[in-house]
Amino acid sequence: MTGPSQPEAIPGETISLQESRRLAKRHKMGRAWYVLFQAATMVGIIALATLLLKIIDQSFGYVAFENEVDPQSLAVDGVLIEDLPKEALVQILQDNISVGVFRRLESEKPFNERSRSDVYDLVVQRVVEPKVVHTWPLSVSLLQRSSVLAEAGEKYPEAYITFVSWIDPQFVTSPQSSDPVLAGVRTAILGSLWTIMITILIAFPLGVGTAIYLQEYAHDNRINRLIQTNINNLAGVPSIIYGMLGLAIFVRSLGAITSGSAFGVGDPSTANGRTILSAGLTLALLILPVIIINGQEAIRAVPASLRQASYGLGATRWQTVWHHVLPNPIPGILTGAILAISRAIGETAPLVVVGASTFITFDPTGPFAKFTTLPIQIYQWTSRPQPEFRNIAAAAILVLLILLLSLNASAVLLRNRFSRRI
Amino acid sequence: MTNQIQIPVQTRSIAQVFDIEKPLDLRSRRRFNEIIIQGFLYFCGGFSILTTLGIVYELGKEALLFFRTGGVNLLKFFTGTRWQPQAFEFGILPLATATLVTTAIAMLIALPLGLCVAIYLSEYASPRKRSILKPILEILAGIPTVVYGYFALTFMTPFLRSLFGRDVVEIYNTASAGIVMGILILPLITSMSEDALSAVPRSLREAAYGLGATRLETAVKIVVPAALSGIAAAFIIGISRAIGETMIVALAAGAGPNFTFNPFQPAETMTGHIVRISGGDISYDSIDYNSIFAIGLLLFFMTLGLNLISQRIVRRFREVYE
Repeated sequence: MTGPSQPEAIPGETISLQESRRLAKRHKMGRAWYVLFQAATMVGIIALATLLLKIIDQSFGYVAFENEVDPQSLAVDGVLIEDLPKEALVQILQDNISVGVFRRLESEKPFNERSRSDVYDLVVQRVVEPKVVHTWPLSVSLLQRSSVLAEAGEKYPEAYITFVSWIDPQFVTSPQSSDPVLAGVRTAILGSLWTIMITILIAFPLGVGTAIYLQEYAHDNRINRLIQTNINNLAGVPSIIYGMLGLAIFVRSLGAITSGSAFGVGDPSTANGRTILSAGLTLALLILPVIIINGQEAIRAVPASLRQASYGLGATRWQTVWHHVLPNPIPGILTGAILAISRAIGETAPLVVVGASTFITFDPTGPFAKFTTLPIQIYQWTSRPQPEFRNIAAAAILVLLILLLSLNASAVLLRNRFSRRI
Repeated sequence: MTNQIQIPVQTRSIAQVFDIEKPLDLRSRRRFNEIIIQGFLYFCGGFSILTTLGIVYELGKEALLFFRTGGVNLLKFFTGTRWQPQAFEFGILPLATATLVTTAIAMLIALPLGLCVAIYLSEYASPRKRSILKPILEILAGIPTVVYGYFALTFMTPFLRSLFGRDVVEIYNTASAGIVMGILILPLITSMSEDALSAVPRSLREAAYGLGATRLETAVKIVVPAALSGIAAAFIIGISRAIGETMIVALAAGAGPNFTFNPFQPAETMTGHIVRISGGDISYDSIDYNSIFAIGLLLFFMTLGLNLISQRIVRRFREVYE
């Protein structure tokens, strides 16, 4: 830097040259870092895009099937099974599967009550028995179609190739199965919904109650400060710890209640307390701090003048809270609760610890039933070594993401709708 | 018409309305429903304390049973390099090092990236760009962790294997779990750091610009130091989150304790071990059951300690501007 007292001592031109060179360097530096900051942001977006593309890529694609029995050989008098009447299809079933299995199918639903397409599906599942021998992801299926077909023809001459959408109405409506082609997420979706319902019933009143207590009733003393710190810390406790708490308290100590045997309604197979109720209660403890913190933030935004006006007219504390304070933060409280619930829907680790069932094919009947949930199902399918289970895991992830997306969208809509009015 | 103005006759006297025989009672009435409601609210307030006590009590009880078992003691637990319940060896180090490796990799990814994104969002991006980018990051934060686990196993691991060679990178490894965990924590670091950066008053930036600083110099030399306490808190919360993260490591890091610092080797973390052991039908009062509670207690105190430190940093070192 040059002092203003001696401007003529150093030639002015040199200084400005030096300065402009330094300035150019500084600006260059600024531009370089700007690019770096932008690149970092792009990395985040690329990660999200890759994740979603990978899941979609795995959810669709070509599949090579090999049939246990050639459908051509099942044709009666030259008529293919696609065109056979129902009676002939029942006959084929009877001829090709064991008596015990046939009787079980009959007792599930008598054959004369079943529709033709239902019986046809049974023939395909039980007699033809297509087995997946190889799957290709969507990107390969679309871009290198010819090489897929060539590879399949070379490696699996017996197989036939079809394009399969792993996620379809049948996937959503059929129960779990050990065969990836037939497996669905119906049991898991119902399990998730039951669990979340219990979670909401417990966590919402308790959470909002705590938020009201801390914002409207609590004095600033040591106990209430402790409660506040405690809630902030509970929000940071890993979810798996809540799972262990649930295992120790709800499953083990309160097993008689959570399995329903205390009320005489429990199913003897769930007498160990690993039920929907235990799972719902565990998740309720998990999202309670989130609901409380969001609720407090919403209530805090209500101006004090509203309370003072109400007290000035002689209202009691609860009248003030219920009629004048609470109507304002309700959209905020609900938005926070929905976000907490969408977190609970995606939780896996605590439910594994609480004891989700590894394999159930029947729908949950109530809070005392055994359960599995969507994330649990994804976890189990992903950890299997066979590649076709990765495909149905991807399809289940799509179902889960669609569920979460619609929940979050409803939260945003709720916020926009109510915030306009107030 | 009469000149007199008709005054409406008061049908009831004030004395009748307020019943002057008895003096007006201004004390508040007992309202039983309000007492019940208040009772419920006080119960709610106390409930969170019960939860914490429950965690400490249940974990502590089972952990105590674990340490009372013959052949297990605290010293061996913290210094033993082998965790083999069948051989009755319970040294936490192999599980702890795996947690350390995944957490370190996750933070190596999440901190620089998260800080850069936060600086970009708070100092560079126009409001329009910010309104597009922030929801995208929020989506990233809202994706369930089991989905990240799937991503680590089906994308990151094959990617690393094609990059470094199949004989170097195992099918299950801590590197891919750590990297994906970094992506998971990125939105947390970003949003907490951005909050801290935006809380720095405008006047500081304007003063810097007034002295001729470039935008980068303002951001890095003025705004970031002023928000350093918030950024440090975000960093520590990120570590705590990474230590407690379960599904990614359960799916991608491997099943089986392995005392190694090599990120391309499979190794089971503390959380991964808890999930694997409790996933099977575990019998109560077995040494396996007790041992996972000992790990859980350690995990609880680690995350609690980190959370308390981060709160203290925010309170202690926050620069308050008028």
